[in-house]
Amino acid sequence: MNRPVAAGNTRRIRIAGLAALVAVALIFPFVASPFGNSWVRIADMALLYIMLALGLNIVVGFAGLLDLGYIAFYAIGAYTAGMFASPQVASVIESFVNTYPAIGHFLIWLCGPEIAQNGIHLSLWMIVPLAALLAGIFGVVLGAPTLRLRGDYLAIVTLGFGEITRIFMNNLNGPVNITNGPQGIDRIDPIRIFGLSLAGEPGSGSTVHLLGMSMPSVNAYYFLFLAQCALIIFISLRLQNSRLGRAWVALREDETAAGAMGINTRNVKLLAFAMGATFGGVAGSMFGAFQGFVSPESFTLTESIAILAMVVLGGIGHIPGVVLGGALLATLPELLRHVVEPIQLELFGKVWIDAEVLRQLLYGLALILVMLARPAGLWPSSRPENRPQAALNQEAADETRA
Amino acid sequence: MDILLQQIINGLVLGSMYALIALGYTMVYGVLDLINFAHGAILMIGAMAAVTILRLLNELAPGLPGGLQLGIAIVGAVPVCVAVNVLVERVAYRRLRGSSRLAPLITAIGVSIFLQTLAMMIWGRNPIPFPQLLPSAPVEVGGALITPTQILLLALALAAMASLAVVIEKTRLGRAMRATAENPRVAGLMGVSTDRVIVATFAIGAALAAIAGVMWAANYSGAHFAMGFLPGLKAFSAAVLGGIGNIYGAMLGGILLGLIESLGAGYIGDVTGGFLGSNYQDIFAFIVLVGVLMLRPSGIMGERVADRA
Repeated sequence: MNRPVAAGNTRRIRIAGLAALVAVALIFPFVASPFGNSWVRIADMALLYIMLALGLNIVVGFAGLLDLGYIAFYAIGAYTAGMFASPQVASVIESFVNTYPAIGHFLIWLCGPEIAQNGIHLSLWMIVPLAALLAGIFGVVLGAPTLRLRGDYLAIVTLGFGEITRIFMNNLNGPVNITNGPQGIDRIDPIRIFGLSLAGEPGSGSTVHLLGMSMPSVNAYYFLFLAQCALIIFISLRLQNSRLGRAWVALREDETAAGAMGINTRNVKLLAFAMGATFGGVAGSMFGAFQGFVSPESFTLTESIAILAMVVLGGIGHIPGVVLGGALLATLPELLRHVVEPIQLELFGKVWIDAEVLRQLLYGLALILVMLARPAGLWPSSRPENRPQAALNQEAADETRA
Repeated sequence: MDILLQQIINGLVLGSMYALIALGYTMVYGVLDLINFAHGAILMIGAMAAVTILRLLNELAPGLPGGLQLGIAIVGAVPVCVAVNVLVERVAYRRLRGSSRLAPLITAIGVSIFLQTLAMMIWGRNPIPFPQLLPSAPVEVGGALITPTQILLLALALAAMASLAVVIEKTRLGRAMRATAENPRVAGLMGVSTDRVIVATFAIGAALAAIAGVMWAANYSGAHFAMGFLPGLKAFSAAVLGGIGNIYGAMLGGILLGLIESLGAGYIGDVTGGFLGSNYQDIFAFIVLVGVLMLRPSGIMGERVADRA
């Protein structure tokens, strides 16, 4: 008779914990913004990273496909916002007119003078689905050639695709300027929801007025990102327990057996790539609109590895763990920046390890130490089927059997 | 000037460096089935160690001839790289032997980031100029130009690969390595100390990477904490192209990839009507990698097809 009571207790503790977490998350910007908007900005970026980590978790954690080029989808989302919510298309058309007049004039005829003059300015409700769609398509296109590859080869090939995406974004400014090359695309429209601009109306000093309250722009973005994070967590949870989620686990643990049980491994793998990419694309479009500027240097391999480190540190395949990992690795370097640099100035009179170096050190060490000491991550799932650690040791078991 | 011959010479120079690096990947893959992602960082450490050695030489014994300085730099960089790579194997990889491929691979990525950051802390984040130690005036060969540094590079790569072939084919250690690559457990039962073989593999790979790193810095007159990443990745593609696990495959794959890159970058402008330029040079290696993995995963000279891809 004790067990149901105990189970009820843990359940109650869980709900209380969750409620406390939600309350803290909701109150945070109001407490933090008096200390400076930079703190809320850090939280905004952390939320974007958490979205990315959750997306990568679908590919790496659920389906067991190690994707080292995940940042490419973030880049595609960000460049979607850059192309379709800024004057960029106008300069693309102008560049075509100058280089290939025939194509240029066709484009002007196709788009009309308005677009040729001011570019395309789609609203959020168009940008997000478009970013999701484009990233999803790229996910499938990049995933398709890698279907037959396993484990380590897949990692290197996806890494290559990530780099190719960045190389193209860096170089597609000649002979026809499409992406502006290394300079990137600027003047991206801020997000506007039901007529409310999250960057604040011009002249308001980036203050947003909502429901009689006024708050800094970063706070408004914070709440938008928080809502999106909650939605992505919800989708991830539902996916994990769905038929598709169980198919991913089966695929991860043993591809041959999964195929023998009637799972269409090709489609299921492609779906993992597409869904992970979709999340990345949405996060990317948010990033583009939030920054108002995108350039290829935000999408280097280091960022892909950073996201992988978040997933690995928190706990591959365990959603609360991944959120924890993302929150820790996105905010720790920033928090330490305000601690480590003053301490070094105090002790040595100069800064030996600056924040950027520290960030990289943390990522590197997180990957090494977690794999050596705690392969299931800081907060592993209590359900063994959600812990790919079993899969990590699978081959050893196979070998012993053979 | 003969452009085709020039591109072939450039390709051979580039390819011989890829071959030296690819050998480190392929040997480690042969004995451990591990893609040693940190191998590119070892190459960078070789170049950086050479920079430091050259600075010390300039302070302690100024006025040495350039060739001698370069020789001392290479001889000094090799033990540094060997020490780092053996240490990495001992600390990071050994405990993960027996787990699946993903755990050591993730660790290797971490090691790579860690070593790069460490180098950034020691040598700074800006590119370091590498002194011109050999005469810079190029020699003309049949209408194409080749610098003395590049001639030395080709000679060194050839010598290193020939000695490696002798070690692998003729010595006790080489036989032990081949046995371990074939089947570690059986090799252990036959009295091979597999731990020592693995350490030796990492050491030899690091020595070759050190030579490649110093010559890379000498050829391009600069060193940088991130310089090893792209060559490392391309050398891995070269190893796959040649057939991973096979040392002659790595040599062939490296040279071929160098030629593909050099000729590709030289002619891509003509082929695409000027739409794509030589700034797309870096994508050839990835296209080769994906193509080989899709069409012939065992590479040109690889034999074991099953379960490799």
